[in-house]
This record gives sequence, structure tokens and C-alpha cells, in this order.
Amino acid sequence: MAALALRKEVIPIRTSPPHPAAKVLGERADAVRARFEASTGYRRTRAPEWLLALLAPVAGLALLVALWALIAKQGGRIPDPITVAHAAAKIFADPFYSKGPNDQGIGWNVLMSLKRVGIGFGMAALVGIPLGFVIGRFRFLAGMAAPIIALLKPVSPLAWLPIGLLVFKAANPAAIYVIFVCSLWPMIVNTAVGVRQIPQDYLNVARVLNLSEWKVFTKILFPAVLPYMITGVRLSIGVAWLVIVAAEMLTGGVGIGFWVWDEWNNLKVEHIIIAIFTIGIVGLVVEQALVLLARRFSYA
Amino acid sequence: MHKYLSIESVGKTFETKKGDFVALTGIELAIRKGEFVTLIGHSGCGKSTLLNLVAGLLKPTEGTILLADKHIDGPGPDRGVVFQNHSLLPWLTCFENVYLAVERVFAKDRKERTHAVLELVGLSHAEHKYPHEISGGMKQRVGIARALAIEPKVLLLDEPFGALDALTRATLQDELMRIVEKTGATVLMVTHDVDEAVLLSDRVVMMTNGPAATIGDVLDVQLPRPRARLALAHDARFMDLRAAVLEFLYAKQTSGTDHVFPAARRAALVQ
Repeated sequence: MAALALRKEVIPIRTSPPHPAAKVLGERADAVRARFEASTGYRRTRAPEWLLALLAPVAGLALLVALWALIAKQGGRIPDPITVAHAAAKIFADPFYSKGPNDQGIGWNVLMSLKRVGIGFGMAALVGIPLGFVIGRFRFLAGMAAPIIALLKPVSPLAWLPIGLLVFKAANPAAIYVIFVCSLWPMIVNTAVGVRQIPQDYLNVARVLNLSEWKVFTKILFPAVLPYMITGVRLSIGVAWLVIVAAEMLTGGVGIGFWVWDEWNNLKVEHIIIAIFTIGIVGLVVEQALVLLARRFSYA
Repeated sequence: MHKYLSIESVGKTFETKKGDFVALTGIELAIRKGEFVTLIGHSGCGKSTLLNLVAGLLKPTEGTILLADKHIDGPGPDRGVVFQNHSLLPWLTCFENVYLAVERVFAKDRKERTHAVLELVGLSHAEHKYPHEISGGMKQRVGIARALAIEPKVLLLDEPFGALDALTRATLQDELMRIVEKTGATVLMVTHDVDEAVLLSDRVVMMTNGPAATIGDVLDVQLPRPRARLALAHDARFMDLRAAVLEFLYAKQTSGTDHVFPAARRAALVQ
């Protein structure tokens, strides 16, 4: 899972569409290679692309499991992969059981966490995207927002939890509120950057055609900013999924974070490892879904 | 001569951190209805600035610009602008890019008008393609279609073929001549290509080097239309006109490197 965590780290703050020249250069390189092969009859033999593409990640995962087995073999309390696999088979045989509020299947726990992330993130999008638009459009507001964002962005979202508990007097809304706070900044910042990055050419088109404000927004601003917004969404959800686990450890209730803490109290280490994999896989699926969404809205 | 587009004592000064920069000064130019005029000069001579003043994207610091006796104050759909880098919106198809302009100006027959103008530039087959799916030349055709679609009083072209390869450029020049003939459009075009200027224009306006650039000379191109590229290549009048523009650009105006290589220093080096 270390590899996955690393990948999250390197997501750029903003992604610009690939330069058209890059595509042209790639095509040219292919053409040159084809001509070379045709004229010399020489052809590099290589394993098929798909095989290599499959082999590398499989090798990486195998290495991870091997290291884990090695560490487990040294003794201590870390269970080995086979024990964990058996425990996982049992847990995932019935993920949606419910025996009272403190004993529910892992499926319910994951769904509850996703629900909190969804609500908190959704509210952050409703507030952050419009705010990002006005901050990107008006320099004065950007100047006003800059110190606030600079001051509050580096604060760990969990530091907001006591305020949430104080205001809402309940654990669940406090956790949602923490997700709201941590999702807010990437949405605002990326949307604002997107608005500022709109090429002057597009705005000149709007000016020479004298387009109405509504047309400018729907036909130029919004589509131009959309890829940046989706980057903001990806970053926000990534952070939210990191934070929800910690928040739930503190607030309790039903949720994957609380489940981890509960299993720690029960000293069921194999369940904690299962939870780590589950959190990783759910995060990966959400991330990939958003990457697909981003691809749908990128303009080559 | 009736002045259709009239540029009167126009000057443009930009405020920069290093003080005022006089880009243009004392520009006087009158263009008849249906006339094709090109602006030619070395890079940095302010020819694009002049075009942007007519487009209304910039405001003159001195003088006025009148189009059909109306004062130009900001951009408007009575002028169609074709940008050098086509400036098509990548998330709209060719049709939608043109339609955006059409619906701004016309209330009726919007689709028919869009189809018609795309047919005029020979792009009916690519209407539903996105800009990244078509070639540079085709993109520029869409740009021209978008500018023509609003039936502007004057068509403003800012080095429209500058980014194209020579063969595509030649094809598009021929296309532009055909379109202008068919529509009777009044055209003001910026170029730095001498052949292009002489081939297309009724008059070539030659600009002096900046800063404080102005009109150095105006050349009447009295070649009969329609003009055929191949026939003109050996035409003595065409050659003379071409030579006259080259003479102006390379003998009377130094080659635009004065700011890197001051004339005084260059003179010293030559000695």
C-alpha cells in the first residue's frame, strides 16, 4: 500500500491539458521508428505491451507480501498473510450483518464512512466552487482570501474537531464538518487557479463577439475551469478519505476508522491489516473513478 | 473616395513600469467599402496593435476610429476578427464555435446560416468535429467562418496564416480571395509576408519600425482580379510591386533589431 500512498502525494496541484506538440512529437517518433524498421529490416523484439504492463504491478505486490511474510516470521504480534487471508474470507463472507450499533459488518462501516465523506465533500463543493470562481475573477477578493487560506490551509483538519463537537454537540455532524473543512481548501484554490489560467484568447473571443455574461460563463469560463475543478475534487476526496479514518477513531460510532480502533481494543491485529487494505482499495477505486471523470472532460 | 473605415490621427501609448511606451503615432488611414488592405512591417512595429485598436480590444490614446461614420468604442459584432492562433473553443465542435457567433447577431435561421458559412469555407464535412480533430489550416478556416458568420462591416485578420505551412497557406490565401470576391467583404489584414500582401491586397500599408511607429508608405496594387497565383509569379507588375515592398522593408527600414543592436553601435562596428 506504500506505493499507493506515494502516488497520492505526487498529484500536481493543477494539471494543464497536454501540450499539442507532445502528441505530434510522439507521432513523429513512431513514424521515424517505423521507417527505420522498414528500411533496415531490423526489428526490436519485445514482450507484448500488455504483458509488461501487467507484470510490473504484480511483481510489486508480490514483493510487498513477501516482505510482510518475512516480518511476520520474525515473531512478534504481526500476523502472517495466510492468517489474514483466512480472517478476511470470514469477514467478507458476511460484510453486511448488524448486531446492534457497535457490532456491524465491514460493509456497513465502509458505507458509513463514505456517506460522511460524501456529505462533507458535497457541502464543501457547494461552497468552495462558487467561492473559487469569485476569488479567481476579482483581484480584490483574491487579496482578501489569500491570508485566510494561507493561515487555515496548513491546519490539520482534526484540530477543527473540538470546535465541531462544541457547535454540533454530536459526533456524526462533527466528523462531517471536519471533512467539510479539509475538502474546502483544494476546491477553492484549484477553481480559482483555473479561472486565472483561462487563456486570454478565449476571453478575446468573448469580447469581440460581445457575448452576454451568461454565455461567457456557460460557454467559456465553466468549460475552461472544469478540468481544474475536477483536480480540486480529486485532491479534496483524497484528503477527506485520509481524514475520515482519523476523525472516526476520535468520534466513534459506525465507520471504518472506528472499526480499526475497535479491533485494536480487541487486539485483533489481522482485522486491522484487513482494514488497511480495505481503506486503500476503496480510496483507489474512488480515485480511479475521478480520473476517468477527469479524462472525460479534458480537451486535447 | 468614400471613407468606410477611417483611422484619424490615431496614436497609442502604453503605460509600462519603465514609463510610457509610444507604440503608434499619427496613423491616418481611410479604407473604402469592399477594399482589401494589408498592414505590413517588421515585428514589433505595432501593426497588430493597430488592428486591435480597430477591433476595439484596445483604446487609442489619441485620435478616433470611425466605421461607417460611427465612432468605435470597444469591441462589437460589426467587426469580425480572425486571430493568428485561431482561438477556437476546444470544447465546442466547429459548428458550435460558429453558432456561438451566429446566435449573438441573428435571431432567425441560425442553423442555416451556420451551415452556409461553413460551406463557404469548405468545411461542411467537418462540422461536427472538435478543433483538436482537424488540421491547423482547417482550424483557421473555422476561425474565418466564425468571423464571416456575423456578416461584419469589416473583416480583421491578424496574421491569420502565420502559423501554417507554406502549401496550406497558399491554399488558404486562394480561398480567402475567393470568399472576399463572393461576399464583397472589406478587409484589413496584418501580415509580414510580402508575397501574401501583394497577392491579396488592393493597397499595402507599409509601417515604419517602432517605437512610435507610423505609416511609412502606401502601395497601390492595381493588378486585375481575379488574380491567379501561378500567372502572377512571372508577371512583371507583380514582381515590381513585390520589389517595392521589399525595398521599403529592407532598405528604408532597418531590420527591426535596433533595440538589441543600437544603430550607433552597429555603425561603429561596420567601420
